[in-house]
Amino acid sequence: MSILIDRNTRLLVQGITGRDGAFHTKMMKEYGTQVVAGVTPGKAGQEVEGVPVFDSVEQAVRATGADASIIFVPAQFAGDALLEAVFAGVKLVVCVTEGVPTLDAVRAIAVARSRGVRIVGPNCPGVISPGKAKVGIMPATAFKPGVVGVVSRSGTLTYEIAANTGEFGQSTVVGIGGDPVIGTSFIDCLKLFQDDPETRAIVIVGEIGGSDEERAAEFVKSYVTKPVFGFIAGQTAPPDKRMGHAGAIISAGSGTAAEKITAFKNAGIEVVYEPEELKDRLRTRL
Amino acid sequence: MKIHEYQAKEIFAAYGIPVPRERVAATPAEARSAAEELGLPVVLKAQVLVGGRGKAGGVKKAGTLAEVETVTTGILNMTIKGLKVQKVLVSEAVAVSAEYYLGITIDRAARAPVLLASAAGGVEIEEVAKNTPEKIIRTPIDPLLGLLSFQARNAGITMLKDTKLAQQFTTIAQKLYRLFIDRDCSLVEINPLVLTGNGSLLALDAKINFDDNALFRHPENESLRDLTSEEPAEMEAKQAGLSYIKLSGNVGCVVNGAGLAMATMDLIKRYGGEPANFLDVGGSSSPDKMALAMRIILSDPNVKAILVNIFGGITRCDDIAQGLLLARQQADIRVPVIARLVGTNADKACALLENSPILFANTMAEAVRLAVTKAKEAR
Repeated sequence: MSILIDRNTRLLVQGITGRDGAFHTKMMKEYGTQVVAGVTPGKAGQEVEGVPVFDSVEQAVRATGADASIIFVPAQFAGDALLEAVFAGVKLVVCVTEGVPTLDAVRAIAVARSRGVRIVGPNCPGVISPGKAKVGIMPATAFKPGVVGVVSRSGTLTYEIAANTGEFGQSTVVGIGGDPVIGTSFIDCLKLFQDDPETRAIVIVGEIGGSDEERAAEFVKSYVTKPVFGFIAGQTAPPDKRMGHAGAIISAGSGTAAEKITAFKNAGIEVVYEPEELKDRLRTRL
Repeated sequence: MKIHEYQAKEIFAAYGIPVPRERVAATPAEARSAAEELGLPVVLKAQVLVGGRGKAGGVKKAGTLAEVETVTTGILNMTIKGLKVQKVLVSEAVAVSAEYYLGITIDRAARAPVLLASAAGGVEIEEVAKNTPEKIIRTPIDPLLGLLSFQARNAGITMLKDTKLAQQFTTIAQKLYRLFIDRDCSLVEINPLVLTGNGSLLALDAKINFDDNALFRHPENESLRDLTSEEPAEMEAKQAGLSYIKLSGNVGCVVNGAGLAMATMDLIKRYGGEPANFLDVGGSSSPDKMALAMRIILSDPNVKAILVNIFGGITRCDDIAQGLLLARQQADIRVPVIARLVGTNADKACALLENSPILFANTMAEAVRLAVTKAKEAR
């Protein structure tokens, strides 16, 4: 098993004719993901990497039975694309697009929740269940099938951490995104990993800003019985400076790395200070 | 994006939120004529984009026109938390009988806006939140419904203990919410919201932060930007799609991805060094962007070594290598460069850089250790 996606996932790509959409359609197909449809308004009838293009998500879903979507459309249109996917009835929407206005994300996530649709992102690298399917932009070489569940707010740091799980490999890796408001939280993923029989250990990759890590720690304390490891980026970040991600900002003394590390320790989460330490720590616990 | 109090107050006024009569001034003479127009006494408030100006002495009362000029001169000579004061807000002095807090921001956990109200106004709300969270009335807002009348009214009654005043409060809160949504704000704040001697509520201070991601649909915000408060190198980087923050150490770093960039900085510190900057070259980085990144880092005289840490995904390592070669053509790179390139096209990158003086490392730890050592040797 894995979480969120597997070999049966039928994926559609919103913004498939764009540069990133087309490139990653190719990469996802090569990885083995069933990419069944693409959507770009006005481009119906075309094909991208052998995938048929439709004018609307509704048409694509009706024609192909797609049950998941990945969004590559520009930030100005991403809020609308999210809502279009939710209204068309897919179950999972992964939004890769960076720079989506917060209120657009807020609105789309509220509607998605009321309709039982899961949004991952925005501003995320996506989801990969190694050896089964990839719905995202991560380089395949950093991942291999295995037993560690990884959930992360970052992109490339996620690859770095996953690549350091050594012989244990990963069950699923979820990049939840670096924005202040995101559809899927650490807690959502922790719950899924705890309930997934294939996952034997969990790694949380957090960063400064907000209090998602603190809430995740509370949840681990009360719900998770599997070994959990935590990494926090941004210990050297100064306050009031946005460190790239819209969500990575220490404001008024809260959201610091030190607070998050303390919360992890208090919840029995093993804190990892260097990515390369991870495989040795896994060896002692698995 | 942050804007000044006087700009926020103009927006408040446009939304019908009551504010004091006031004028902005850039010179003592302007302040004097503003005071003549408003009537004495007046309050003079430094306009800077940081908090804590009151404690720094940036808010003062003046009772005579001569005093208005001397106080303004003093405030205009101030630098508060590294920012030079350029303007002073001249405001009518208001008789205050109570101070409250009212704000709207995004509750990240609830993934929705939240209305915050407190009878403990006038102080830093973060302090109140930390020490006496029970003094903050939190009203979660359903983003699909907006702030409902009863919600605002109930918050008002709880805070003000007066139904008449709560009506005024409801009107202000709803206007503030409308503004928050219309202008794509990440924070709107009235601290303090005061009860005046004649029994009305007034926004004595105003703070508005706009969501940077939504600026594309608010061209009206561009004219509100204060360029003097931004670091020039950070601005240049931003225009090129790079995210750069200058720090005080001597190990420069170029990394792809914000999380990995922060983790790299942390590791530099862990191994006894000090990062000179945060720099995320972004996803699809071209050789030009990489060369610019190198140039920006080299413009910092403190930098004694540069660490390039790339985990290629969308970013192609050969683009990074081309950028490094380009940077070498464009400028004399006077410090050692340590590169760790893995992922997409790493082999091509290494081939390109074979005859360059760049030092290679296989892992992040090895690269950081080498960069810290080189920076120390240079001192």
